[in-house]
Formats: sequence, C-alpha cells, structure tokens
Amino acid sequence: MSILSGGRARREPSKVPYYVVLILLALFALGPLLVLAFNSLKSDAEIGRNPLGPPLSPVFENFSNAWVQGNFATTMLNSTILTVGTIVGVCVIAGTAAYAMSRLDLPGTDAVLLYLFVASAIPFQIFLVPLFFLWSILQLTNTLFGLIVIYWAVFSPLATLLLRSYLVALPRDFEDAARIDGASELQVLLRVVLPLSWPGFLTIALVSGIATWNEFLFAVTFIQDNNLKPIITSFWAFRSNFSTDWGLTSAAGIIVILPIIVLFLILQRRFISGLTAGGLKG
Amino acid sequence: MEAREPQVRDTPEPRAAPKRGPGDALRRRRRLVAWAFMIPLIVVNVLVILGPSVATIYYSFTEWSGIGPAEFVGLENYGDLLADGDFWIAMWHNVIWTIFFLTVPIAMGLLGAFLLSQITRFQLVFRLVYFVPYVVASVVNAAVWQNILDPSRGIGSVLAQVGIPFLDGVSFFGSERLALPSVAFVNNWAWWGFVVLLFLTALQSVDRELYEAARVDGAGRWQQFLNVTLPGIRPTFVFVILLTIINSLLAFDYIYIITQGGPAGASEVVATLMYKEAFERFEAGYAAAMGLGLSFISGLIVLVFIYLRRRGWEI
Repeated sequence: MSILSGGRARREPSKVPYYVVLILLALFALGPLLVLAFNSLKSDAEIGRNPLGPPLSPVFENFSNAWVQGNFATTMLNSTILTVGTIVGVCVIAGTAAYAMSRLDLPGTDAVLLYLFVASAIPFQIFLVPLFFLWSILQLTNTLFGLIVIYWAVFSPLATLLLRSYLVALPRDFEDAARIDGASELQVLLRVVLPLSWPGFLTIALVSGIATWNEFLFAVTFIQDNNLKPIITSFWAFRSNFSTDWGLTSAAGIIVILPIIVLFLILQRRFISGLTAGGLKG
Repeated sequence: MEAREPQVRDTPEPRAAPKRGPGDALRRRRRLVAWAFMIPLIVVNVLVILGPSVATIYYSFTEWSGIGPAEFVGLENYGDLLADGDFWIAMWHNVIWTIFFLTVPIAMGLLGAFLLSQITRFQLVFRLVYFVPYVVASVVNAAVWQNILDPSRGIGSVLAQVGIPFLDGVSFFGSERLALPSVAFVNNWAWWGFVVLLFLTALQSVDRELYEAARVDGAGRWQQFLNVTLPGIRPTFVFVILLTIINSLLAFDYIYIITQGGPAGASEVVATLMYKEAFERFEAGYAAAMGLGLSFISGLIVLVFIYLRRRGWEI
C-alpha cells in the first residue's frame, strides 16, 4: 500500500499553481484593507492625485482629526461598555443554563435544546417591532443597558449551545467527588466546573464580544442619542457626513476595526474555531 | 449552605437512588435547582424574543403605528401584502441575492478549502488572511468598497489612467442595474473566507485512507472529488446551503448600510422594506405581517432541512 502510493505520489503535479490561486485569493481578501490603510495616511490633495495607491508622503493628522470629529472617545467607551456588559451577562446566562442542562439532569432538556436551536437562528424581523414598542414603554430605548439586555437574549442561545457541548464532553469525576464531599450545586459550578471549563467560556466570550462590537441593526434602531451611540453606528453617520473626505473616514475606519483585528491576531486560533463552531451549531 | 453538608454526605450517589424516600425528594430538589439555573436565560429570552414574537402575530392582524393602541383589522394586512408590488419586487431581489450567495461564495469557499487542504506550508497564514474580512465591521467594509468603487475616484478612474476605460464613471451603487449585485459583491467579500474555513474543517475530517483506496481503484482527481470528498463533507455542505438561504432571505445590514434599498428600490429586499414600513412609514402592523411572512418562509426551509437531514444522514 505504502509502496504503491509512494510511486503515485512522485507523479503528483507541482503545487505552484495552488499557491498562485491562494495568493490571488489572499490579495482579494487583504487588498481593500490595504487601500483603507493607505488612504488613512493621505492628505486630501494626495487622495485627489492618487486615490487607491500607497501614500507617497504619509500624514498622520487624519487619525487625531477623526478621533476628535468622530467623537471616538465617547463612542469607543460606549462600545466597550456594551461589549463587556454583554460578555459578562452572556457568560452568566449561558453558564448557568449550560450547567443545568449538562449536569443537573434538567427535565425537558430536549425541548430547551430545540428552543435554543430555533432562537439562535430566529430572524429579528419576527420580534423587532413589538420589542421596540416594549422598550419604549420600559424607557429602555436610548440606554446602553436596554441594548445590552437585547444582546444578552440574542447571543445567549448560541452561547448556551456551545457551552453545553463543551461541558458534555468534560469528565464529571471531579464534580461527583466534590458533591460526595458535600458541596452545593453552586459551589460545584463555581469551584470545580468553572476552573475546568474556561476555554469554553473564552470561546463564547469571544463570539458574543465580536458580535456585539460589530452589531449594527439593534444599535441603529435602539440608540439615537449621539453620546450613547456605539462606535459602529457612530462611524456610519460620520462616514455619510464626511463621505468625500476619504483620508478622514479611512482613519476613522481603522480606529473602528483596530481593536478587533489586534484581538484577532492575538487569539486567532480560538477566534476561528469559536466562530466556525458557532456557525456550525446554527 | 454549610449546615446541609452532613445531610448530603449521608446519602451517597443521590442521582442513582432508585427507590422512593429521601432519594426522591432529593431528585425533586435537584430538578428545582436545575430550573432555577435556567431562570436568567428564560427571563431575557421571554422578554426580548419570545414575548415580542408572539405579539408580532397579534399585531399582524391590526392597523398599528408602532405607538399607542392597535386596531384589529383581521386579515387585511396579509391581503395588502399579497397585492403589494413593492413586496414582490423585494422578494425577487431576495431570490437573486440567494442565487448569488449559493454560487459565488460556495464556489470560492470550495476552491479555497480544497487548495488549502493540499498544501502544508503557509496554510495557517492563508487561513488567517481569508478570515480577516469576516471580523471587519460591516460599516467599515462598506466604506472601503464605496471608496474603491467610487465613480470618479475609484478603481474605474484608476484603470482609465492606464488605458482600460470601460469602468470609468460607472456608478456601481448608484445605478439601478448594478446596485444589487454590487452590494452582494461587497457582502461576499466579507463572507467567502468564512465559508472556506467551514469547508476546510470538513475536508480535513475526511478519512485519508478513503482517498488512498479510491486511488488504488484507479479513480482520477475528479472522481475522487465526486465519490470521496463530496460525500465526506456533505453535512457541512448542506449546512452551508441552509445558512446561505436563511441569511439571504433575511439579508439586511449591507443593503441598508450602503444603499438603503435604493436607487428607486433597485436593491430593496424584504428586510429593508419591512424596516422602512415599521420605522419610517409607521405601518407597524403591516410590517409585522411582512416579518411574519418572511419568518414563516425561513422556518419552512429549516423544517425541510431537518426532514432531509433525518432522511439523508440515515441512509
């Protein structure tokens, strides 16, 4: 068998064409972001002469101008509050629910699972309008907390499914030992399961964190106050106000995506496995 | 909490207790604890998703502005919907959108994943690069492409300077003919890399020995692809198709961000139309009927998928 395949392997075609196509695809993926980076470093005059190429005389004022005019000190703080609040809430909500489903023999687990599958793929169209009405009555529109609660609900079904499958795969020996030693369920969860399952929590934190940072629809619908807008919808308004000033808007765009890109480069493997697993569970 | 310790200790393996008595009570308590742990999830889901979803069903039978009382009008909204030309045009745009996303990104995803599975050097770098656009915020991605495809300063004018004039002055997002495919193109830029990774994960889990066996049997590359690769990645393939159809039916972000459905409704899809009915024209009852209709269709597709999955995966 190995001799046979070895003989065949020698006739395999060269990999050069593979790499050529892969590099073309890579250029397609990165090219537009390069243009964004280039333009963020150009003056107005230079963009007129050279709209897409690399900057010949780079200037950095665009970033400070965009930071001030785009109100980024405020909106970045808003987005940070939204993201941290969402992550903490989703971890608590999904953590307790996944624990109940994987460890406490929750009666009706199958029905809950079905609901979670449906809810994690539910179209916003089905609940957006009455939700807006309800939030107006509760005076939760134009509040960061109101938006965070929406994110909790929208992101927790998928997070619960991910975390549950992680917990199901985790051995139960330590917990049973702790229970026999008389620990309460809450103690078992906090002292035994949590320390063992942090990779699962990190994954759902990443998945819901990036989803929150980048979220557009709920943010644009529920927050109109400029001082409460998250970075995404604020950038959107900024971009339409300064649509001809490419240097300024490109620098603003870089500011918007930089935190995510940096985080992505640091935690790339977990990012990719988390997000693709999230997709696969959908 | 501490006071209960000895009591629990006296009952070894409470989960295994088969008889009536203290074990039963413990199990009941355990169930209560289990449901107590579900409370946060239940509360937010009922408040945000479940409750409003049920309310949508009611409001779809009413004339309602989105604020204040709603007037019951029976099936009027649904009748209007069926007769609404804009709705059917938007629906048709969703169909075009779906066809685009069922072909272009899936072809690119299969190609990228296949090539990546054949190499070892730099595979991680390519995976990383392909994935970057997926984490870029939609508003920034849209802004980048609005610059690149700008009629007077974008790629068309740059190409014209080097003697390729046919894209010069073309307004990709401003022309009725090009708006929808242009927005789809931009959305695809952020999407296809994700499909590559889904397919790559699936390809890597196909048993190598099956290829070996196929080769020994004299199967060529194409036959290997048809008889080993495709069956091996079928679950992922079906999943990607489902995900694509659902996402396409509900497509909203890129269209609303770039064109808001324009020019003159040329890139309007049902989701953007519904959004406008609810929040710009204050026809919330009508919007509810539209949203429900759309959700009904996507729910139907999921059911078909589940049915096929049950059949297909058992065979």
